[in-house]
Amino acid sequence: MVQINKDACKGCGICIAMCPVKILEFSDELNNQGVHFPEITDEEKCTKCENCMIYCPDFAVVVNKDEKWKKC
Amino acid sequence: MNKTVEHPLKKYFRGEINYTTCPGCGNGIISQSILRAIDELDINFDQYSFVSGIGCSGWIPSPSFNTDVLHVTHGRSIAFATGLKLAIPQTKVIVSAGDGDTGSIGGNHFIHAARKNIDITVICVNNQIFGMTGGQVAPTTPYNSKTTTTPYGSIERPFDLSNLAIAAGATFAARWTTYQARPLKNSIKKAIIHKGFSFIEVVSQCPVQYGKVIGMRNDPVSMLMHYKECSVNIRKSKSMSEDELKDKIIVGELVEKKNIPELTDEIKRLRREAKRK
Amino acid sequence: MKNGKNVDRKTDFIQGNIACAEGAIAAGCKFFAGYPITPASEIAHHMSKRMFEVEGTFIQTEDELAAIANVIGASWGGNKSMTATSGPGISLMLENIGLAVVTETPCVIINVQRGGPSTGSPSVAFQGDMLQPKFGSHGEYQIIALAPSSPQEMFDFTVEAFNKAEKYRTPVFILADSLIGHMRERVDFPLDDEKILEERKELKIYQGIHQKIFLDENVAPMPIFGKGLKANITGSTHKDDGFRNVSDPKIMDNAIKRLSNKILKNKDDIVSIEEEYLEDAEVAIFSYGLVYRAILETVNIARSEGLKVGSFRPTTMWPFPQEEIEELSKKVKIIIVCENNLGQMFPFVKASANGNAKVIFLPPETLGTLYNPEDILNVIKEVI
Repeated sequence: MVQINKDACKGCGICIAMCPVKILEFSDELNNQGVHFPEITDEEKCTKCENCMIYCPDFAVVVNKDEKWKKC
Repeated sequence: MNKTVEHPLKKYFRGEINYTTCPGCGNGIISQSILRAIDELDINFDQYSFVSGIGCSGWIPSPSFNTDVLHVTHGRSIAFATGLKLAIPQTKVIVSAGDGDTGSIGGNHFIHAARKNIDITVICVNNQIFGMTGGQVAPTTPYNSKTTTTPYGSIERPFDLSNLAIAAGATFAARWTTYQARPLKNSIKKAIIHKGFSFIEVVSQCPVQYGKVIGMRNDPVSMLMHYKECSVNIRKSKSMSEDELKDKIIVGELVEKKNIPELTDEIKRLRREAKRK
Repeated sequence: MKNGKNVDRKTDFIQGNIACAEGAIAAGCKFFAGYPITPASEIAHHMSKRMFEVEGTFIQTEDELAAIANVIGASWGGNKSMTATSGPGISLMLENIGLAVVTETPCVIINVQRGGPSTGSPSVAFQGDMLQPKFGSHGEYQIIALAPSSPQEMFDFTVEAFNKAEKYRTPVFILADSLIGHMRERVDFPLDDEKILEERKELKIYQGIHQKIFLDENVAPMPIFGKGLKANITGSTHKDDGFRNVSDPKIMDNAIKRLSNKILKNKDDIVSIEEEYLEDAEVAIFSYGLVYRAILETVNIARSEGLKVGSFRPTTMWPFPQEEIEELSKKVKIIIVCENNLGQMFPFVKASANGNAKVIFLPPETLGTLYNPEDILNVIKEVI
């Protein structure tokens, strides 16, 4: 499961760019820092590469490989 | 109902993870790489001490990391780290300092620590600018760059900090960009284990101050992609011409020397000799 | 040589600089970092040999900034640590000395003063750096500084400097000069059971993120590195738990005042003076360091001629013995300030006297040379 702590996000867009299967996109809504945060579009395609987690400068994304895959 | 999972690196933080860096700053990526390296090494975090300088990079460990942290004056982090390591040689001492801290005001301490081969790991966050103070030219800023103190374009050539470290005697040196977060983590692991002066230069995006200089203001993604385009692995670079290497960033593990006398070992040796006399 | 306890006491005929180094070792110094400079280099030479004999560390650094940085780093690693230099070196160290003050790092700094300013006269004895410890580093702070006047005092005061540094978690200066540093006199070493050494108050167990490790007027416990105490140390304005806050003036106000009070409220313990022949004195001579030796001779001669003259010598220059001078000024008519400069401590003596006594400044006939007691006596005879 890819867990995004939306209020820790500063909207830099790095995770979206680093996702190899392009399943992250900016949300429509704003978080409490006033920025758009990433959302998963198609979780089935996630390869658990962990790019989104390791490239997030704000530690806002966690890829939890142990959890069974389900929609966030 | 989903239960929220804690970030695997949260255990290394003093409280909540809350870096007040600019959006997209490379600091956080470097922080993750450092902590993942430490996580994989499985040495108790209490056995690490961090010394940091003044500048945005100084905020990577201080006050966030939940271990001994010493945040000192500009340019002197390596000198403080040396004294600390000499007093408690069993501790893993890691310095987090910027390109200004290391290569400008701290240049003298940098080259001498490399020469003395003191067993510390210096992680030099090279954003090619003085970011914290408002985007002034740094000794690593490319020639002809327009910065807040070089409005006509800079007139000095930049340092190659890794080559400087190697020439000064560093026995482990590596350079990566924040685009190569995984190899960076691996090199940090090696550096921590390496007995001797280890220098890791990380070319890191400063989207606000340096981004402005290169026309990528507030665009960290473009800066990361730029690093990807410009990076050339050290092995490949050996077969490229000077022209081909112009404006490229040579990345990889650049030097690793073992069996060079390390300073704390030499101190112990002198104590043994003094006792014998 | 035997003392009353029938035990051999070590005694030696050594240079002031060597006595200083030996005093540091007697105090438990385990780390010396320094850079060569006349007239202090002998301290480094001696420590480069002796530190290893006592399982300590000696390092010659690339410059004085690195020397004091190494000293502070080693102190956080648990070592009693010190450096030795002269005026030009202190000038280079001042920023980091400020860091030692605000991070409350115990350390000892020896200044064997020479002719200044700038490169000046390296081997000429001068008292030109008396204000440097207190006002040299930027910002508002207190400092402790001692002024020895002989090789024996170089030994004893260096031990005292370490004690004060450890007890109050502060840098402490020794203000000597090149003559005291280089003169050779007999030095008696204390026996082991005569030594009274202070050890720093250490934090024993990690007490949580907001553990109080700074800004206690009674000295907060120091979290030595490498012991799992998760020390949070910064030179930025910080609260008592070490967390920085550089935007709230109230935090800075509290930090500066508490740090100052840590020294000022303990003046009774820190400040020390020597008064001789002052019970019925009409004239008191204020002096310190090397000059004191000439003053003692002057006072002896004056008394033999029936003049009511006494000596007031602060052995602690900072914090300044303000209250003691004020008391003195109520007892005597005139205070003559004798110092080997153009009047560095003089304004403080005058201000402390608060109009109760006349305060005049009398330099040596030639700066950098010893006073001639005759010259001082002539002035005394004029004013008495």
